[in-house]
Amino acid sequence: MHRSFGRKEKKLPEAVIDLEGLQALLDSLTIRGYTVLGPTVRDGAIVYDEIAGVNDLPAGWTDEQDAATYRLTRRDDSALFGYAVGPHSWKKYLFPPQTLLWKARRSSGAFEVEEAAPQGGPYAFLGVRGCELAAIHIQDRVFLGEHPDPTYADRRSNAFIIAVNCSTPAGTCFCVSMGTGPRAGPGFDLSLTEILEGDRHAFTVDVGSERGEELLSALPHMPATTEDERSAEAVIERAAGAMGRSMDTDGIKELLYGNREHPRWDDVAQRCLSCTNCTLVCPTCFCSTVEDTTDLTGDNAERWRSWDSCFTLDFSELGGNNVRTTTRGRYRQWMTHKLASWIDQFDTSGCVGCGRCITWCPVGIDITEEVAAIRETQEGSRHGDT
Amino acid sequence: MVGPADMSGPMTPRIFRVASKRRETADTVTLAFDPLEGPQIELRPGQFDMLYAFGIGEVPISMSGMSEGSVLHTVRAVGAVTRAIYDAGEGDVFGMRGPYGNGWGLEDHPGADVLIVAGGIGLAPLRPAIEHVLAHRELHGKLSVLIGARSPELLIFQDDIARWQARLDAQVRVTIDVAPSEWRGAVGLVTELIPRVSFDPGRTVALVCGPEIMMRAVATDLMDLGVASDQIRISMERNMKCAIGHCGHCQFGPEFVCKDGPIFPYERVESLMRVREV
Repeated sequence: MHRSFGRKEKKLPEAVIDLEGLQALLDSLTIRGYTVLGPTVRDGAIVYDEIAGVNDLPAGWTDEQDAATYRLTRRDDSALFGYAVGPHSWKKYLFPPQTLLWKARRSSGAFEVEEAAPQGGPYAFLGVRGCELAAIHIQDRVFLGEHPDPTYADRRSNAFIIAVNCSTPAGTCFCVSMGTGPRAGPGFDLSLTEILEGDRHAFTVDVGSERGEELLSALPHMPATTEDERSAEAVIERAAGAMGRSMDTDGIKELLYGNREHPRWDDVAQRCLSCTNCTLVCPTCFCSTVEDTTDLTGDNAERWRSWDSCFTLDFSELGGNNVRTTTRGRYRQWMTHKLASWIDQFDTSGCVGCGRCITWCPVGIDITEEVAAIRETQEGSRHGDT
Repeated sequence: MVGPADMSGPMTPRIFRVASKRRETADTVTLAFDPLEGPQIELRPGQFDMLYAFGIGEVPISMSGMSEGSVLHTVRAVGAVTRAIYDAGEGDVFGMRGPYGNGWGLEDHPGADVLIVAGGIGLAPLRPAIEHVLAHRELHGKLSVLIGARSPELLIFQDDIARWQARLDAQVRVTIDVAPSEWRGAVGLVTELIPRVSFDPGRTVALVCGPEIMMRAVATDLMDLGVASDQIRISMERNMKCAIGHCGHCQFGPEFVCKDGPIFPYERVESLMRVREV
C-alpha cells in the first residue's frame, strides 16, 4: 500500500550542501545531458519548467492555498522551496498532455504505420515533493504493467529525481492522511531538506541511488552533522504538523462502494461544473483519449493521445449514447475511482493528498469534505456491502 | 521484412486485408480479415480486436468466428468508424491489433450444460462459442441457444441459425420483439424462451450477451431457476480507446472491461448492474 511512501528509516543524511553546491548540482546534471526541470514563478503561480540555475527558483515566495484559492505571497526569508505544490505536476513530463503515437501513410492500395519514437529527456526533476513522488509511483503501476507505454517507460527510466522535503504545506494539503509525505521517498536519486537558520542557507542531502551517490561525490559538500540531522528532522516534523486538511481513510473503499446512491452525490452535483480541472491538475489521473487525423490529401494519418477526463460527456460514449449523462454520475465515478476502486485496480489509493483538486476547483469542492460528509451520513454500515 | 508488430508499442496496429464480406442485415456486415504479413491474430471465443479505419478511428470489435484461416468480425454501422468498416469492400485494408480480453472460458466447465442467450448483435461474440461446442459436442452437456432480435430482418447469422436448428444435439430457439404477420416463430422477450429449453440449473454455464437490461433480466431469471451467479457469464461493453488498461474509458466499477473482461461472471458485477451510470 501507499502508506509506506513517506516513511524512511532515519539515518544521518549523507551530506550538506550550500547554495553553491545546489548550483553545482544543477550544472552537473546539465553536463550529463539532463534537461533540468524545476519550480519557477510564472503568471502568478509556481509552475514546473526548464530552469537554468538556482536564480530561476522561486526565492522568497510562498503560496497561500484554500478551496478555489491560490495566491503567491512573499516570505520573510529567502527560502527556495518554501511553498507547497502548484497547478503543474511531473505528470506533464512523464505522461505528456499530447503524444504522437504513430503516423501512417497510404501506399499502393495499403498503408504503412510508422511508430513515433519516444522523444524528450532525459529529464532531471528538481523539487519533487513526497506526495508527488508517490504520484509517480502510482502512475508507474498504470503505465509500466503488462503493456508498458513506450513514452512513459522511456522518460521514467531516464528521469533523475531530486526530492525536496516539504517545509511549508498549503491549506489544502493532506499528505499525512494519505501516508505520502511530507518526507519524500523512497524512489528518489537525491533528497534535499532546506535549512534556513540565521544567515545559514543549506540543504541536507540523502542519497537514494547509485547515480545519486555518484553525482553527490562530484559536488562540493560537507559531511552532515547530528545538528544538521536535527534541523532537517525539525523541518519535516513542523510540516507534518501543518497540514491544512485531513481525510479519514479507514475502510474508505467499503465506505464508497457501499454508498453509490448516497444523497451527497446529488448535493455535490449541484456545485460541480464538470469542468475537468480536478482531473487535469491531479498528479495521478491517467485517463486519455486518442485522436485519429489525416492531412488534406487524406493519404497521411496520425494518431495522437491526449489527456482526457471522466467529467466529459463523451468519455462514456457507447454506441451513440452515453453511460454517464449526469454530473452526479461523473463526480461519483471520479471520486469512487480515486479513493476506492483504484485500490482494487492498483493496490494503492489514487489520492496522494496534494490538495490540487481542492485548490483548482473553481467552485471549491473539497474531496476531504465530500468523504467526511458521506462518512457522517452513510446509508449502510461503516463496512457496508458492495 | 520486419513488420511493425515486431518492434512496436502496444497502440500500433498491423495491416489486415478484407478477404470477404457478407451482409447480415441492413446495417450489419461480417468481414473476414487476413494479415498482409506476419501471423494471423489468434483469438479465443469472447475476445476482441481493435479495428482501425484509416484516418477515421478505432473501435473494439469481438471476434465472431474463424473462416478458412481468416478472422471474422461482425460490425454494425453506428458511428463514423463502424460506418467505414461497413462500407468496406474486398481487398480494402484496415489496421488491427489484438487479441484483447479474456474470452468466455468454456474450457473451465467441462461436461456442463451450456445455455447461450443472445440479444441482437450480441450473438456475434457468442457465435464462435456455439461453433466450439458443436464441434466438440462430447465435451459438453446439453446445448441451448436462445436468440432474441427486435424484428426478423434484424436477425444476424440466419444461415448459421438454420444450420444450428437442424442439429439434433442442440436446442435452438429464436424470438422476435415485434413480429410481422408472416413471422411463424416465437414473439416476446428472450427471457420467455428460458422455460422452453431443458437444462440442469445445477450444472449449467450460461453465456449471455446483449443490452445490459437484457443481460440483467436473463441473469435474474436464471438465478431464480437455481443457476449460480458465478456460472452466468455476461459480456460487457464500454467506451475503449486503448484496450490495454491505460486510457481509463472502459472502467466499470473496479473492472477494466478491456483487460478484466469483457466477460464477467455475473456474481462479480451483480451489484454494479443495479446502479445507473457506473
